[in-house]
Amino acid sequence: GQLYSLIVGHDIHFHDKKIALLEAGPRKEYDHMPDSYSNRVSSISPGSATLLSSFGAWDHVCSLRLKPFRRMQVWDACSEAMIIFEKDDLDDMGYIVENDVIMSALTKQLDAVADRVEVFYRSRAVGYTWPLSSHSCDTSPWVQIELADGRRLQTKLLIGADGHNSVVRKEAEIKNIEHQYDQSAVVATLHLSEATDNNVAWQRFLPTGPIALLPLSDTASSLVWSTSHEHASELLAMDEESFVDSINSAFWSNINHSDFIDTAGAMFRSAISLLKPSGTAVRQLPPSVAKVDPESRAMFPLGMGHATEYVHHRVALIGDAAHRIHPLAGQGVNLGFGDIACLVHHLSAAAFNGSDLGSLKHLLKFETDRQRHNVSLIAATDVLKRLYSTRLAPLVLLRTWGLQATNALPPVKVRI
Amino acid sequence: LSLFRLTLRRPFSTSRSSVDAKEIKKFQLLAHKWWDEEGEYSALHSMNDIRVPFIRDTLLSMSSNYHGRAPLAGLKILDVGCGGGLLSEPLGRLGASVTGIDPLEDNIRTADRHKSFDPVLAKRIQYKSSSLEEIVEESVETFDVIVASEVVEHVADLETFIKCCSQVLKPEGSLFITTINKTQLSYVLGIVVAEKIMGIVPEGTHEWEKFVPPEELEHILESNGFSVKTVSGMLYNPLSGSWSWMESTSLNYAVHAVKSGAPPTDTSSEMDIQQCSATAGTA
Repeated sequence: GQLYSLIVGHDIHFHDKKIALLEAGPRKEYDHMPDSYSNRVSSISPGSATLLSSFGAWDHVCSLRLKPFRRMQVWDACSEAMIIFEKDDLDDMGYIVENDVIMSALTKQLDAVADRVEVFYRSRAVGYTWPLSSHSCDTSPWVQIELADGRRLQTKLLIGADGHNSVVRKEAEIKNIEHQYDQSAVVATLHLSEATDNNVAWQRFLPTGPIALLPLSDTASSLVWSTSHEHASELLAMDEESFVDSINSAFWSNINHSDFIDTAGAMFRSAISLLKPSGTAVRQLPPSVAKVDPESRAMFPLGMGHATEYVHHRVALIGDAAHRIHPLAGQGVNLGFGDIACLVHHLSAAAFNGSDLGSLKHLLKFETDRQRHNVSLIAATDVLKRLYSTRLAPLVLLRTWGLQATNALPPVKVRI
Repeated sequence: LSLFRLTLRRPFSTSRSSVDAKEIKKFQLLAHKWWDEEGEYSALHSMNDIRVPFIRDTLLSMSSNYHGRAPLAGLKILDVGCGGGLLSEPLGRLGASVTGIDPLEDNIRTADRHKSFDPVLAKRIQYKSSSLEEIVEESVETFDVIVASEVVEHVADLETFIKCCSQVLKPEGSLFITTINKTQLSYVLGIVVAEKIMGIVPEGTHEWEKFVPPEELEHILESNGFSVKTVSGMLYNPLSGSWSWMESTSLNYAVHAVKSGAPPTDTSSEMDIQQCSATAGTA
């Protein structure tokens, strides 16, 4: 919600529009970050970084704290198959940024457009009155919102950016396809055994779920470990040493390998190296973990969700309110940013044409653009999650060869 | 001189007014349907997607002051035959002060009610139930822009209409017209298909006899002090419900004309004003 208001606040075609942002939480702004890292981080793609810098928020992020990474190594626990992503030039592949940092940067920039964007902190909407889509001229054609403190607002366009349990979506009676994974994600802030460049993001697919290590600094990394609910609770309950041991073992142990798979994988790899000599890469070893930040362990349940419609007359859903994705691809936040960029693009064009902003015509264009993009990514992520959740030999073979082939084929890799 | 005026007064009876009573009746029935975007007027709603950018970009290219302001800020626009305000509202949102006139009171009532919900538009747009002739006397050379969209195919006397436009327009002011050509194609597609078969336009809305070929419109404009700058064909795609520009003007077309800056000679301008206000007296 903050990001959307910010971009719209800066766009020249919206100069005479008024935007209200309802924020449930308190105002959060940091001048400098506390020493310890927050355990909720996001992987920001270069595209999202460009979006943030287009209205000055990225500078704030850089002045607070972030970690660029150059390489991503993804490999399978059941075989030797792995895939490496990196850019040929020395550009960063992405950035690991704490969510608090992003929020603080956005808050600062919102102040700069305070004449157009009014933020209601600690506010909550308790009732919505929707306009009838055929204009019976007696009632107002706008959306009416009643706040918990009794105030009433009315708007031409209501944007639901209120997360995967979106109230806006429910009140607008938009159906949501959802599915709870039998998994929870465990997050924590970890300290590495020794200082290193730490510019690689690591992800290993275990049968119970992917474990990822995202760099925060030369000595610290953030953990995102998706696993069964029971295992997640165990991880939270165990003492710090055992926790650290579990993490290291998850990254280093070969317990899930089988000779059959190893041989088959090796055969495929030699076949590839005949056809494409540079197509196999050297596997690097992830850093080992020494300590975990005491208060930083937490878990939250995972699910998948997709709203059947992103828009209604005078309503639009963005971000998690419209779609919810497994963290294994690190794409959740970037999808939301993409939604925002697309919505602002269409609304800006509509404003330049003098159109009513809540009119369904251009909202539908936004919906078509984003659904086309989002559905395939969410479906692919879901398939990957299911594919990697098994030890069954045929599927392991399939994904082993698939991963090795993908690693060798530049066009496919670039697309990812 | 007074003899001269008397002689001129006689030929002007109600039939020479630009407002046609039969046409009014047609629109009466649909006065409350204007703002249903999927209803009878859906083609007019989607026409905004090309006519608003056309007006906006033409006016922007003629002015030099657009930076952080609304594109049409500071302009006074007259929307003749505004109906329910479908075109007045976007123009108002882009910053113009709009006066919308329509001879049908029900249309004005609908337009007024619709704009009343938007505090910004309510101040920027004024609606008046009136014919063009009726406002001439008090609005001589008042407007920067006149928009007559889908109107000239309904007026009784095109020449009078254009003369009155010239009266209320400032020198160098712009006149935008969109209308339908009088061709075999426009009969087949514009009346038979659009009205009788596909129902894109409510039946009976248009009379082929009153369609105006662009050559005729250009001639009338040029002989009344206008310089025609642009003529462009428009095409409606009923499957997608959207309009686009095209080379050929054999169906719908749009015209941009500019009133010449040089003031006309004294006698002719007096005659014009009397023509317009005399008609108003007898309408």
